[in-house]
Amino acid sequence: MNRLSWFNAVSLTLGFAFLYIPMIILIIFSFNESKLVTVWAGFSTKWYGELVQNEAFLDAAWVTIRVAVFSSTLATILGTAAAYVLVRGGRFFGRILFSGMIYAPLVMPEVITGLSLLLLFIGIGLDRGILTIVLAHTTFSMCFVSVVVSSRLVTFDRSLEEAALDLGCSPAQAFRLVTLPIIAPAVISGWLLAFTLSLDDLVIASFTSGPSATTLPIKIFSAVRLGVSPEINALSTLMIAAVTIGVITASLVTKRAMMRQKQDELAAARTE
Amino acid sequence: MRRALLIALPYVWLLVLFLVPFLIVLKISLSDTELAIPPYTPTLDLTQGWAGIKDFFSQLDFENFVWLTEDDLYWKAYLSSVKIAVISTFFTLLVGYPIAYGMARAPEEWRPTLMMLVILPFWTSFLIRVYAWMGILSNEGYLNQLLLWTGIISNPLTILNTQTAVYIGIVYTYLPFMILPIYSALERMDGSLIEAAEDLGCSRAQAFWLVTVPLSRPGIIAGCFLVMIPVIGEFVIPSLLGGSGTLMIGKVLWEEFFSNRDWPVASAVAVVLLLILIIPIVLFQRNQQKQTEADQ
Repeated sequence: MNRLSWFNAVSLTLGFAFLYIPMIILIIFSFNESKLVTVWAGFSTKWYGELVQNEAFLDAAWVTIRVAVFSSTLATILGTAAAYVLVRGGRFFGRILFSGMIYAPLVMPEVITGLSLLLLFIGIGLDRGILTIVLAHTTFSMCFVSVVVSSRLVTFDRSLEEAALDLGCSPAQAFRLVTLPIIAPAVISGWLLAFTLSLDDLVIASFTSGPSATTLPIKIFSAVRLGVSPEINALSTLMIAAVTIGVITASLVTKRAMMRQKQDELAAARTE
Repeated sequence: MRRALLIALPYVWLLVLFLVPFLIVLKISLSDTELAIPPYTPTLDLTQGWAGIKDFFSQLDFENFVWLTEDDLYWKAYLSSVKIAVISTFFTLLVGYPIAYGMARAPEEWRPTLMMLVILPFWTSFLIRVYAWMGILSNEGYLNQLLLWTGIISNPLTILNTQTAVYIGIVYTYLPFMILPIYSALERMDGSLIEAAEDLGCSRAQAFWLVTVPLSRPGIIAGCFLVMIPVIGEFVIPSLLGGSGTLMIGKVLWEEFFSNRDWPVASAVAVVLLLILIIPIVLFQRNQQKQTEADQ
């Protein structure tokens, strides 16, 4: 079973070709000299130059990054609290409603989430702008954070917390000194997930943003509706590059952390 | 005290920003379309106490929902969304299963890299991945150029702005959601079961059908729901790849809201969409619950 059969090799090759060729084409043609995106006319980086000078895109990118930082940080705090409450909170009034509200946004179509939040913001007279997008993004991404964090909390040895409490920690100290370091990788990946979801979101942002705040996906969507353009190809290439670097760094960091943890465990076992 | 605060913070947040907005949608879907701007009649007047509440409820009606049944557009859009979702889920399974199978049978030291290759597109912007296909599928696009150049076709094919393009877009963007659950089911499978089946006289194909497929069933079911549920309400793919000929309810809702500005009807469309989605969502939850119980 250690070598790939030809069938598996073919299905893996074709599968990954299907996943990656469209993006590779996009990247190649972002370096195309010609305005006609389907005809290759020589290598050029001029579209990147135009992109850097395009103020509308830069403004939108700045709005998007601010929204993503605020909403993912808020979502991580709220989502971690929600996960802790669901896994460790015991019984409280309306627990079923609470867990329902945590899971429902995960499967709710974006058009419905967007529409309902917009109607709320209009109902209470809140002006649409960065604040409303942050509120909307926090609401749906806190549920994703909560799922990621609670899956870590479920598998975690509770006696460690109990030991800390027995040794005189207050519950808050036990959380800060014992629980939080152990669930930290899940909290960080929750934050990253929330950050990406916010960067990526078009539908909910379209409903909840006003004329004063346009995010990058909204800008890209309105440009793309008119057809393929080399400038958007350049922008996409930059975004793909950022994500690739981010994912590879994150996986190397977690791999190192896991190896260090293993070494610590081995060292601990030896000293016993 | 601290515990109460810990519970109250996310609880109140979700009540205010998830449950209340949804109740507003429900209320507006039952309101009248008279005005193009809010507030829609009736408004809830709590200062009049019980009489105000009774008055509020007596004025709500199902007018907008009746309208949905009278106009062909809506039920056709619901049906076509469900149809597109079911067919594209099937194709995603057809494409995704061999990839997941190949990954689970690959040498162990390759698997983390293969996993990362599947997850990477998932982290990349959805919009960009859909956009990438616009350049490939258009009449002067790369696919037509390739086919014309090789002489397979003599006239360019029209793919962009048809349902075919929508299917391709869905399979492409949702593929990781199908691969990952199937892969995790296949990876846990004990390889000696196949050997046992083959020793007992099964051919390879029989062993695959009788042993591998049933054992990966939970992964298949999870993957299918993970693709089908969001696809029913999909907006980006039909609006960028589908052209005017593709009718999907997410797009109808969007246009009802942004172009026609008919909020009560848009709200009614949303309520019905949610009712349709409840069936697969409940089935999915049940499947996941059974799975966690079986694991324990």
